[in-house]
Amino acid sequence: MSSQLVHAGFSALLTLLLGASVLGVELRSEGVTTIVAVEGALTWLWLGGAVVVVFLHQLFRPKIEAMRRQTWTGSRFSLPPLLKNHAQRRLILALVIGALLLFPFMAERSAVDLATLTLIYVMLGLGLNVVVGLAGLLDLGYVGFYAVGAYTYALLNSYLGFSFWEALPLAGGMTALFGYLLGFPVLRLRGDYLAIVTLGFGEIIRILLNNWTDLTGGPNGISRIPKPTLFNLEFSRRADEGNVAFHEFFGIPYDPSYKVMYLYILALLLSLVTVYVIYRLMRMPIGRAWEALREDDIACRSLGLNPTGIKLSAFTIGASFAGFAGSFFAARQGFISPESFTFIESAIVLAIVVLGGMGSQLGVILAAIAMTLLPEIAREFNEYRMLLFGLIMVMMMVWRPQGLLPLKRPQMELKRG
Amino acid sequence: MDATLYLLQQVINGLTIGSTYALIAIGYTMVYGIIGMINFAHGEIYMIGTYIAFIVITGLAMMGVDSTLFLIVAALLVSMIVASAHGFAVERVAYRPVRGSKRLIALISAIGMSIFLQNYMRLAQGSRDKAIPNLLPGGWEFGGDGFAVNLSYMQVIIFFVTLASMGVLALFISRSRLGRACRACSQDRGMANLLGINTDLVISMTFVIGAALAAVAGLLLGMYYGVVNPYIGFLAGLKAFTAAVLGGIGSIPGAMLGGLILGIAEALTGGYLSTEYKDVVAFGLLILILLFRPWGILGKPEVEKI
Amino acid sequence: MAESKLLSVRNLSMRFGGLLAVDQVNMEVRPREVVSIIGPNGAGKTTVFNCISGFYRPTSGEVLFEGRPMHRLPGFKIARAGMVRTFQNVRLFKEMTVIENLLVAQHMQAERNLLKGLLLTAGYRRRESELMDRAAHWLERVGLVDFANREAGNLAYGQQRRLEIARCMVTRPRLLMLDEPAAGLNPNETRDLDRMIVQLKEEEGITVLLIEHDMSLVMGISDRIYVVNQGKPLAEGSPEEVRRNPEVIKAYLGEE
Repeated sequence: MSSQLVHAGFSALLTLLLGASVLGVELRSEGVTTIVAVEGALTWLWLGGAVVVVFLHQLFRPKIEAMRRQTWTGSRFSLPPLLKNHAQRRLILALVIGALLLFPFMAERSAVDLATLTLIYVMLGLGLNVVVGLAGLLDLGYVGFYAVGAYTYALLNSYLGFSFWEALPLAGGMTALFGYLLGFPVLRLRGDYLAIVTLGFGEIIRILLNNWTDLTGGPNGISRIPKPTLFNLEFSRRADEGNVAFHEFFGIPYDPSYKVMYLYILALLLSLVTVYVIYRLMRMPIGRAWEALREDDIACRSLGLNPTGIKLSAFTIGASFAGFAGSFFAARQGFISPESFTFIESAIVLAIVVLGGMGSQLGVILAAIAMTLLPEIAREFNEYRMLLFGLIMVMMMVWRPQGLLPLKRPQMELKRG
Repeated sequence: MDATLYLLQQVINGLTIGSTYALIAIGYTMVYGIIGMINFAHGEIYMIGTYIAFIVITGLAMMGVDSTLFLIVAALLVSMIVASAHGFAVERVAYRPVRGSKRLIALISAIGMSIFLQNYMRLAQGSRDKAIPNLLPGGWEFGGDGFAVNLSYMQVIIFFVTLASMGVLALFISRSRLGRACRACSQDRGMANLLGINTDLVISMTFVIGAALAAVAGLLLGMYYGVVNPYIGFLAGLKAFTAAVLGGIGSIPGAMLGGLILGIAEALTGGYLSTEYKDVVAFGLLILILLFRPWGILGKPEVEKI
Repeated sequence: MAESKLLSVRNLSMRFGGLLAVDQVNMEVRPREVVSIIGPNGAGKTTVFNCISGFYRPTSGEVLFEGRPMHRLPGFKIARAGMVRTFQNVRLFKEMTVIENLLVAQHMQAERNLLKGLLLTAGYRRRESELMDRAAHWLERVGLVDFANREAGNLAYGQQRRLEIARCMVTRPRLLMLDEPAAGLNPNETRDLDRMIVQLKEEEGITVLLIEHDMSLVMGISDRIYVVNQGKPLAEGSPEEVRRNPEVIKAYLGEE
């Protein structure tokens, strides 16, 4: 008990030191001088409380853990195989998609707009999930590919007059090319290096976009990016020369919410395609190879699988999804600048993948929804968003690295007749 | 003549910055040497060290302390202690529980810790720049009529404090019991454990030492630039990591060498090309070294265990 | 003459820093032979294996497989050429099922065209079911068919060893390289393993190169044996010759 007491005392002291040094005092600017202000009684009260809690927790930790072991066994949930029946599964899927398609006609415009944003994160999350969750490669520069996709459309449009639909496949191809060129040299390295090189790559892209003013407009970005059209029908009040506006064509009064709905439906379709493609990939030879590589690359090599090639495919495919999402993002916003593509975005997408359960598509989709809706529902939460994202990543890795909804692996079953 | 002097000036600036990169790089390299992972949160520890140094300097100055030497020594000690405490806590909270798991898990935990610390400091101390006055103004000027080379007192101090810290570290590693234990752990942690070395303690000490050196760098660079904000750790960490890889990750002299090379390369790019691309140099160098010599200048290639 | 040699190793040496782990090793393996490399622990047997299978790049020397040089190729290309190996401490894809382990191993035979897979074309389906059949066939051969949908990591140790061999066999190798396949097996399992190796040779026409430090195991099944000690070749010949070789006895029993 006495060693436990010493340990608890040490932890409490450490807590006090950490808290007091950073939270207890604050540097403030007053005019041209900087002063140190000691925080008020409330802060110190909280700190004191934290110290007491840490002390007690550490003191009784053996007992708490023993108790937890008794009560918590077997309570770890994973996704129940609730859709066992094939026909049932199809039905539910159809109902969900139907509901999602009907949603914009029922909901308010702002809600539809928010749903569109959420879908962009769904796409990004699913794409990064291929790289991190399936292939086990930590890509911290995912936002770089997102930026490449967005700028590909924006630049193709402003210089060459490409429409969204013409630019979309090119944006996907361009990001895939970027992914390939970056991946080729670095994918033979160990995972830690890959993480930091991709981090650097994301930054390089942003710095280049910021400084290559002649091409990209620098920090001012690119504006007046046209929205996608529906078979050349525009959703603006007045169509550009030679084009027809959607409401004119159908002879209905102009309503800006058509545009919002159309964008939502587009995002939904893109997301569904993403889900389907990745669903298939996971069950194809390449998906099996990703998973095998994540588990043991030496065994893979001994069986004739080329690790670099397989990693490269995951990296390139993951990147191209970011490219599609990026060009859609550019079209939706109508304006892009390097500021939209900071490391924070990569971190958000990574948090989505981690929270959703690496490898699990449904988990990632739900996590993307939670992560984008939460800041909207609780505005004050926005301030703490990144703090929580960081915390979530650490806590998930420590307690539940498989994610909240872990992947029910797509097992190939041997059926014997 | 002017051209030579200009070059000299860039080299001086490069050595100054480079030696602080080296100090931060030690933290990466030592942790990597012992547990084989990249401590992504290390840059944030450096940032916290800078904040603490600023708080101590400003606070003591407000209390009427006007001895510059006392200010600096006090800031150095306090920020080393507080940063060490943070380094220690980070290892306990975010790394120790995931030590046995796959590499990806530890990496994500580290990234999460880095994001957490940055935003924690932003919320605690505000996101705007905080400045302190230059405690050691002045320096020497020499050179021709067109261009004069400027060597500030601060630059000299940075260089010598770095050298002194490195010297103390080298002595510690080669002479002390704990230093020997550190070396044993980096050779073979399992074996060291069997021989009765408390490897948990050694790992904790590695984080503490790395954090303390990062705090030294934090104080020095903080005084040199005069400002701090919660975001400085990101870039500094990335560059120090580059320095560590450049010199050969796991090698302490390598970290020093890598830091100096990177500092000079950056200063030359800033001086001759454009300051905007200064940061790109670090990444470019990192990618090049990883491509052609991933074990760095002073490191040895790893033999894969099958 | 060329077809009488499947694998030939000439003057193979491997140096790690100051340590010469393998020193001028020569060996030949003819088709449908079972050849063993034996030697005390730490003799450099696994290093020889790692050099032949491309996981290490030998410092000097040549490895020829069916007359083609292999010693400059990366491991995965050597595997594709038809030399496939197991590992001393079994390396399965533990979180994947038994059948998936065998499907991954057939990656090179799979339909890897992404478009065909995404669209589920008839050709793609046919190819996938062929892979499945082959996997099922080998599961039956090694007696693991009841475990097909279990996670590989949950199998008993002896079953894992057999799965690893099956995983090699589905790749249609010409040379099967086994790294201490009997390590950790009980006497019964060892006997089964012996029988399996003989069967592979007789029924599949496979050539086997295996490493073992336990001499008694290899005596019964090997056509020829190479003995290495401290990285150097010590003796070679039939099991009988090797058993009587005084040098070998000395190496195994110590200097005295």
